Amino acid sequence: MAKGVKPRVKVPKTAAAGETITIKTLISHKMESGQRKDGDGNIIPRSIINRFTTDFNGQNVIDVTIEPAVSTNPYFQFEAVVPEAGEFKFTWYDDDGSVYEETKKVAIG
Amino acid sequence: MKTKIIITSIAAIAVSAGSLMADEDAQLVIDDEAMTIQADAPAHMENVDEVLSGWIFRSRETQALQMDDFDNPAFIFVDQALDLWDKVDGTEGKSCSSCHEDVAEFAGLRTKMPRVEDGNLVTMEELVNECRTDRMGAEPWKWSKGNMTAMTALIGLQSRGMPMNVAIDGDAAPYWEKGKELYYTRVGQLDMSCSNCHEDNYGNMIRADHLSQGQINGFPTYRLKNAKLNSMHGRFKGCMKNIRATPYKEGSPEFKALELYLASRGTGLAVETPSVRN
Amino acid sequence: MTEVSRRAALTLGTGTLAYVALTGMPVFASATDEMIAAVTGGAEAVDGGIDVIAPEIAENGNTVPIEVSAPGAASITILATGNPNPGVATFNFGPLAGSRSASTRIRLARTQDVIAVAQMEDGTFRKASANVKVTIGGCGG
Repeated sequence: MAKGVKPRVKVPKTAAAGETITIKTLISHKMESGQRKDGDGNIIPRSIINRFTTDFNGQNVIDVTIEPAVSTNPYFQFEAVVPEAGEFKFTWYDDDGSVYEETKKVAIG
Repeated sequence: MKTKIIITSIAAIAVSAGSLMADEDAQLVIDDEAMTIQADAPAHMENVDEVLSGWIFRSRETQALQMDDFDNPAFIFVDQALDLWDKVDGTEGKSCSSCHEDVAEFAGLRTKMPRVEDGNLVTMEELVNECRTDRMGAEPWKWSKGNMTAMTALIGLQSRGMPMNVAIDGDAAPYWEKGKELYYTRVGQLDMSCSNCHEDNYGNMIRADHLSQGQINGFPTYRLKNAKLNSMHGRFKGCMKNIRATPYKEGSPEFKALELYLASRGTGLAVETPSVRN
Repeated sequence: MTEVSRRAALTLGTGTLAYVALTGMPVFASATDEMIAAVTGGAEAVDGGIDVIAPEIAENGNTVPIEVSAPGAASITILATGNPNPGVATFNFGPLAGSRSASTRIRLARTQDVIAVAQMEDGTFRKASANVKVTIGGCGG
């Protein structure tokens, strides 16, 4: 598991049924591109978050395929429809096999 | 209200009259709180009339990153510091929270750092490590590594919006004089002093960089260049390397004196910790 | 009447044939067209109906904010034509996507065109391009 990986997600706590909300997500991750060389001239191997998904009550909102050109501490902002009260599940997949998750509940109001 | 509008207009005119950046009327507002990004220079600055935050010199996109605590990538590290705050570390079985109920109790501290204690000039990093070694029985943190920069960011954040106001008289005076001397001394193969860029040429371009006044009110800062929090001494080191000088060490008497002098050059500017710069 | 020498005509014709034979591409195709073709599977991508919002000058090539938007798109792919590898990210929109748009921050190795290619719900493709100048800092390094 990559060290110090920490997700940070911004989701409104309440929404009207059917409302479109803006979601912002950030996760601390080096996103080692595989382009850099170390002091001895050897390539530092690629090690990135390669996929990010968001689901709400089991339905998909967005599924992002990520390449090394996405910056360190990957940031994604997008919109989601909130049909009913429920829970957003955010999942980040690391090259090294780790999976990071974060959830946020939304109430209707 | 009519009076209020008039005052705001005058302020706006004053801003544009003295400004030198792309978006002259840009205001730094974070969570509905307006930050003081310019002020009259303190009396001890002979060659500068107005002190300006580094935020002013950055591109609109970079400025935008600092205006929202979610868009500001530095906050991932502030979150990490909040975790560290509660983490037990060291032989005494304590965490920061064992003694300090809430980090908010440090509101105002950042505006006065570095400060003199018992005749010695101390920085925030040293205060943190003193707690760790003397009271927690824990290993000191490295000056510019992730744990320390995250923690100084969290503590500095408690003073965000408050004007910088370090003491430079009394016990602090000899350190301040030393810092001022360093500021104006040319060093390195490029034979340049801090003042050559940050006092004589702020607002101008150096290659593709828009030179700022070199203020430190926003440190530790998240730099787009290395995508992490940078400490003051870490940045001083980088600057010295850029002019091909052998840098002083982080935590050295030279850098601490320089930190005090630089902090005094920003008197009146709001603490912006953690800021976003390029 | 101008007579094109037989030799000149022969050389021109052979040259073109040789080029097409060697590359398998129409003579006017560029590296960028190839990158787009890789996303569309060779289908044509039409201009319009998609926006790429990027700074004109990136303060730092390490972290460049980008926004893409294409109403009616099933997915949008971002390509950085001047990077060692052009692929940046692909946003696949699910049933609960609130809009066909997304923002992120990307690395750009040098001044280049950033291209967004959208695959629409009806299977067709659209594209848009933004030129971003990436500067080398003066003293910040």
